[in-house]
Amino acid sequence: MKSNTLILHTAALFIMPLQLMFSVFLLFRGHDEPGGGFIGGLVASGAFVLYAFAFGSEATRRILRVAPRDLLSAGLLFALASTIPAFLAGQPMLTAHWWELPLPGDGYLKLSTPLIFDIGVYAAVLGTIMTFVISLMESDE
Amino acid sequence: MMLLAVLSGFLLAFAVPVLCRLAGSYVGWLLALLPASLTVYFASLIPAISGGETLLFEHQWLPGLGITLDFMVDGLSLVFALLISGIGTFILIYAGAYLAGHRYLARFYVIMLSFMASMLGLVLSDNLITLFVFWELTSITSYLLIGFNHEDMEARKCALQGLFVTVAGGLALMAGLVLLAIMSGSYSLSEILSSDMALHEHAFYTAAVICILAGTFTKSAQVPFHFWLPNAMAAPTPVSAFLHSATMVKAGVYLMARLNPSLGEGELWSQALMAFGAATMLTGAYLAFSSTGIKKVLAFSTIMALGTLTMLIGVGTELALTAFICFLVAHSLYKGALFMIAGALDHETGTKDITRMGGLRKAMPLTAAIACLAALSLAGLPPLFGFIAKELLFESLLDSPLWSAALTTVAVAAAVLIVGVAGLVAIKPFFGKVGNTPKSPHEAPFGMLVGPAALSVIALIFGLAPFLPEGALLQSAVSSVNGASVETHLALWHGVNVPLILSIGSLVLGLSLLSGWNRLQPSIYAINTTAARFGPEAGYFRFMEGITIVAAWQTRILQNGVLGLYLLLLVAVTFGLTGFTLLTHHGITLTLDLTDSHFYEWGIALLLIVAAIFASATQSRLGSVASMGVLGFGVALTFILFSAPDLGITQLLVETLTVILLVLVLFRLPEFVNLSSPFERYRDLAVAAFAGVVMTLLILAAQDVQYFESISSYYIENSAPLAYGRNIVNVILVDFRALDTLGEIFVLSLAALGVLSMIKLKAEDQYKP
Amino acid sequence: MESLMAYVVGILFAAAIYMMLRRSIVKLVIGLMILSNAANLLIFVVSGMTRGAPPLLPEGAEAPAGAIADPLPQALILTAIVIAFGVLAFAVVLIRRAYEVVGTDDLDQMKDTDT
Repeated sequence: MKSNTLILHTAALFIMPLQLMFSVFLLFRGHDEPGGGFIGGLVASGAFVLYAFAFGSEATRRILRVAPRDLLSAGLLFALASTIPAFLAGQPMLTAHWWELPLPGDGYLKLSTPLIFDIGVYAAVLGTIMTFVISLMESDE
Repeated sequence: MMLLAVLSGFLLAFAVPVLCRLAGSYVGWLLALLPASLTVYFASLIPAISGGETLLFEHQWLPGLGITLDFMVDGLSLVFALLISGIGTFILIYAGAYLAGHRYLARFYVIMLSFMASMLGLVLSDNLITLFVFWELTSITSYLLIGFNHEDMEARKCALQGLFVTVAGGLALMAGLVLLAIMSGSYSLSEILSSDMALHEHAFYTAAVICILAGTFTKSAQVPFHFWLPNAMAAPTPVSAFLHSATMVKAGVYLMARLNPSLGEGELWSQALMAFGAATMLTGAYLAFSSTGIKKVLAFSTIMALGTLTMLIGVGTELALTAFICFLVAHSLYKGALFMIAGALDHETGTKDITRMGGLRKAMPLTAAIACLAALSLAGLPPLFGFIAKELLFESLLDSPLWSAALTTVAVAAAVLIVGVAGLVAIKPFFGKVGNTPKSPHEAPFGMLVGPAALSVIALIFGLAPFLPEGALLQSAVSSVNGASVETHLALWHGVNVPLILSIGSLVLGLSLLSGWNRLQPSIYAINTTAARFGPEAGYFRFMEGITIVAAWQTRILQNGVLGLYLLLLVAVTFGLTGFTLLTHHGITLTLDLTDSHFYEWGIALLLIVAAIFASATQSRLGSVASMGVLGFGVALTFILFSAPDLGITQLLVETLTVILLVLVLFRLPEFVNLSSPFERYRDLAVAAFAGVVMTLLILAAQDVQYFESISSYYIENSAPLAYGRNIVNVILVDFRALDTLGEIFVLSLAALGVLSMIKLKAEDQYKP
Repeated sequence: MESLMAYVVGILFAAAIYMMLRRSIVKLVIGLMILSNAANLLIFVVSGMTRGAPPLLPEGAEAPAGAIADPLPQALILTAIVIAFGVLAFAVVLIRRAYEVVGTDDLDQMKDTDT
């Protein structure tokens, strides 16, 4: 399945980077404002699905660079990795850990296991939906 | 130490496959070291027990449920433990020779050791539940051992029969044990036994006794459940010798003896035990005499012995209980030996049929000698321990407070037949004309003779010096069955008295029966075939057929594969029950308050209703999908209006992706068509409407009910201080309840893998020609 | 508002169950979708509906200024929405596959294919 309308092509090319940036923005602000891994992942998959409708599944695979199911497993690994610090510290599973890395200049970077976990959720949602969509589209071709 | 002793069989079972490879043909001897050392360990407890002590070993198992791995050692359980480990030692050695080079020797030893451990657990457990667990384990291991030759259809059938009968009884037993625990207020045997409550006056007494006896009678093959035991002879002979004569079938007897002090005061208990025991004794003796296969003969004589034991518990006098313990020990010794002899005969001659054996004493002199010794004990002749047991049996029956004449008559009749049986197994094969056997016979290997020889010699020693076992153990065992201490007086020679005269009489009659055995065979055979048509085994088969028929019927009616019907039933039952509970426990509240909402909120509500109804009523797929979209966006709008921005955004995005998914898939499927009849549609509509009404009423009722304090305040208060996050929903998802989310993304990935594999499958299908 | 939504949820459930009882497998999927929406709304309604007070804390604050909407059911529903989507995708692919193999979307005719 592949669309041949110019408008969709152009729109997809312009909107997709914006959507992806927005999805990352949603992911990182999720802890404080509406957003988070689920929403970010869904927005990102929306971007790739739009691209897939415009340019076909083969092109989407290329732009995704990794197979959707690898993305999915990477997400699960990220989520699991966030359990390691608590495990090493001998705390109950998934106890949160926070680190503050000073950045050059004034600011500092807040890094935490919940953030790593949320990134895992993001990747897992994106991977799942892309698995659905791409394998369905390919089975039609 | 006790825990290790009981469970060591299970532990060693793990190592068996390796040991089998290492030890080769000596594996039987090697493995026998375990039961041998267990015997030594149990024997070391004898001094304490004979001093009148009861040892308790406490271990926790499931403390939350009051289930413990406590073990209790008193006279009765120690006698059983010694029999199990002692006979087990010889059986393992014997099996090494009997099954030498067998393909599944390792498997055999694994199950055998597991069985031994379960049996030890059964007789030593102090906790009723633990006892039951071990009880069922012996049933399962017995099933596996009967069906050991699993390529043989007949063996599998027999194994299943044994399992069905014993496990069905086990189910009843569990109910009985629970009732017992309710009655006495404790799951601990030692507490139940030491309490002086009058259990037989309790309202549950009859139910508990019936349930417990259903368990013990099936396990110990009492009439009318005796039919599974001869069929269990499909097992290899070491199994028959160990499980189906010396140990497992005595589990029921053990439990009856164990509970006798608590339950024995009721009339139901003693009368049921006497009646069923006597019937079993006579039936077993008769069937043993009428069989021709050597193992069947021994199996039926085991049934006779089990009946005798049950009857003696029922009689319940001190003398009867002394006879019980002596008979128990004597029987285990001679029956174990005779079974091993039978196995040796089968092994060396290639047949189990007694009529084809004869004159084997020249080829197998040692076997013949041991067989004669053991058979003397079976027939109850001096100077063996079996004689003492039989004298005591007669004496106690003559002395019985109830039904003395009838029981004595039955016991004498059985004794006559058993003398005949003893002749069948000891005289028939070894003396007289040399028979025509499939294999040319020669002496059995050493490993197969050491067991029966040792057991027979022990029976001889016990017979000559009865004070040895008496002082050590028997007296305290009798006391624990009686519930109060008992003085016993065992002696080989009692002088000329009524029991001795009865013994001599039964010996003479038995021998004359034996001489006429060949002539009696045809008529006995005719009687038995007629009786089999109406016997309990025929009933078993009819029952099993009935189960199959009911299963087929209910599959046709309930499990007919029509998904709609399943769903209809599920929905109707679920909502019917929910609605009923709501009606009875809460009552109906029907309110509709429109004042607390804005007009645009009515609009959204109306939109949702219209979209749902349109989606289900329309005949167009596109219309349906479109109204699904409307419904989804309406829900998203509701979320956003009512303070759930995260939900709104998620719903919106998912709704978009759903429409894309449906476009990709749904339009490859056929158009909507109406498949159901109008009746089905109205029926479904009625059920659906009912479910909807119940849901509405449920929500309305939930408005003013709060059973528990909400836990949300914790999350609200701690979100910022503990988790450094201001979006509480997200904090819950990735921090407070991150484990749930972790589970969720795993579910998602499973769905993705499922989709992937289904599509992959299709791709592979296409390559097929 | 809760009482009004109670009726809406009831109607949604009725529509979902009616559709799930149809023999056409496509209608079953539609029913499944309505059902997941109805279930989400059910949790949402029963936990109480609050206007204009999302469960967000103001910048720099340790606790909310006033009463806010209950965050826990929202977290539950959020995961439920995503799970429902996963299940739907799986179901949709499954029925498509079944349709290709069996050649019908009549559930009653599918029941004999596994014997």
